[in-house]
Amino acid sequence: MVAAEERAISVEGSALRVDAVRKEYPSPLDTNVRTLALDGISLEVAAGDLVSIVGPSGCGKSTLLRMIAGLEAPTTGELWVGSTPITAPSAERGLVFQDPNLFPWCTVRRNIEAGLVARGVLREKRHEVDEFINLVGLDSFADAFPHHLSGGMAQRVALARALINHPKVLLLDEPLGALDAFTRMRMQDEVLRLWEGRGTTMLFVTHDIDEAIYMSSRIVIMSPRPGRIERVIEVTLPRPRERSSREFLQLRGDILELLHFGHAG
Amino acid sequence: MNALPELKIPISSGEQSPAVAIAPAVTKSGQPWRHALMVPMAILLALAVHAWAGKSEAASETQSYFIFLGIIGGASILLAILQPFWTGLQRWMKDLCPIIAAGVVALGVWEVVTAGFQLLPMPYFPGPAGVLASMINDRGIIFDSTWHSLLLLSQGYLLGVVVGLVTGICIGWFPGARYWGMPVLKFVGPIPATAWIPLAMVVSPSATFSAVVLIALAVWFPVTMLTASGIANTRASYLDVARTLGASRGYLIFRVAIPAAMPNIFIGLFMGLGTSFLTLVVAETVGVKSGLGWYVGWAQGWAEYGKVYAALIIMAVFFSTIMTVVFKIRDRVLVWQKGTIRW
Repeated sequence: MVAAEERAISVEGSALRVDAVRKEYPSPLDTNVRTLALDGISLEVAAGDLVSIVGPSGCGKSTLLRMIAGLEAPTTGELWVGSTPITAPSAERGLVFQDPNLFPWCTVRRNIEAGLVARGVLREKRHEVDEFINLVGLDSFADAFPHHLSGGMAQRVALARALINHPKVLLLDEPLGALDAFTRMRMQDEVLRLWEGRGTTMLFVTHDIDEAIYMSSRIVIMSPRPGRIERVIEVTLPRPRERSSREFLQLRGDILELLHFGHAG
Repeated sequence: MNALPELKIPISSGEQSPAVAIAPAVTKSGQPWRHALMVPMAILLALAVHAWAGKSEAASETQSYFIFLGIIGGASILLAILQPFWTGLQRWMKDLCPIIAAGVVALGVWEVVTAGFQLLPMPYFPGPAGVLASMINDRGIIFDSTWHSLLLLSQGYLLGVVVGLVTGICIGWFPGARYWGMPVLKFVGPIPATAWIPLAMVVSPSATFSAVVLIALAVWFPVTMLTASGIANTRASYLDVARTLGASRGYLIFRVAIPAAMPNIFIGLFMGLGTSFLTLVVAETVGVKSGLGWYVGWAQGWAEYGKVYAALIIMAVFFSTIMTVVFKIRDRVLVWQKGTIRW
């Protein structure tokens, strides 16, 4: 069984489209010099897909995600959700960072309902709050403050907070990067469970190749300076995936090779 | 022996819980008595000092001080008898008895130095019995003064806080407000409010009005400064998260930036409280014809130093009560913070 295969990007049914995006920053040392962070980025994510972006630091993964979230504008190029261009942040594109960034002054419950309050729909959708607290298994911590939570629990609250808005696309910027190895593997299953149960389109930045292979249906491999898309790899391994299967390890080797970490020959 | 119930927090999905079961603490019996008897012993000492030193003082003064010590002594003995039956009281007494006993001993030392050996010149340094007598004799006017001080302080403080919060939030959030407001704040703010008194006397329609404005000015500067820096230093990622949750500008300011700035805002409120006490007393001393500051000056004019100290003690109680109230409010508002300073 061949696990990796390059694939042409399909045009129909895409939830998210990034079209020839280029991003320059003024250099922090000299404002006349501009640093090229991303160049020629084109990407499509099909509705309900779970796509991960892998690459060394400095390849602009986070910048790409921030642009999709609408927190930054591209220098040139366009970004689309369905048929709407992305111009500003919106509740239809949820974002989860490596740091859960829970509001420390809010209890778990208040954090999770933040999106409903922000959109002014808390009254109609209050019943959903308990549903989402339950979804991430934190019923007994509903009234706890964030500093009482472990890293994994905090990140589950962050996921629930983003999901309660029913975003069309959920952007995850190394969401499990700060967790220990065991919590991390458990949280990978948790995210997969949420994805499979809800069908939310997810774009997942990680620098953990195992995580990318374990979770995603496609892996976008980026190279740094300037950030470009090196290759898009389709992962066809059946779910639930076996972390130590031969196919898994084979694919892992291929990707390492692409990132120039493999053994020659 | 009382065993605390073991604390257990249910863990939802196999993940490690940060809360650890707390082992029941065992208290040794016998130990509490040492604390419980501290205050009665100190009272005995103070009474002995008073019996010896009080001979040189007026009978009316010595009597009220005797009663005062007697009440504290009686209460402390009563609590010492009750404490074995109530662990809450035990803990409270263990915490407070040493400091109360030290206070009573300090009263004794004070009396030895003043009424006893008369080491300090009279009438500037009366003994505790004399001060207590002044406090009791002048209770009507002292109560009235305290009430007027409270009125003046609360008007000035609240005005300063409200204006300070509004300007602080504007300067912290809006770049335009920062550009125009910051120079004014930097230039005018550091002037001590009391330095405006000559101007206030000329311009203002009444002494009370100018005192309110001066207190407000004294509070305004630290509140504005700390609020503005708190708002401006809101973690960018909190704002980013809120934006991706669909937040409007109102949500970003009132639900993210202001709560995030709350610890800073409270520092400003405390600093403002300190400057407001100072300004209140100065304003009452030079302009307003009521309040504790005025009373101190008035008693000093009559060389009644017992009343001066009585007023200082009332001021200490008054100001620290207000401080405690603000600290309590802070503890309520900032429950989400860990490791805050207790008052």
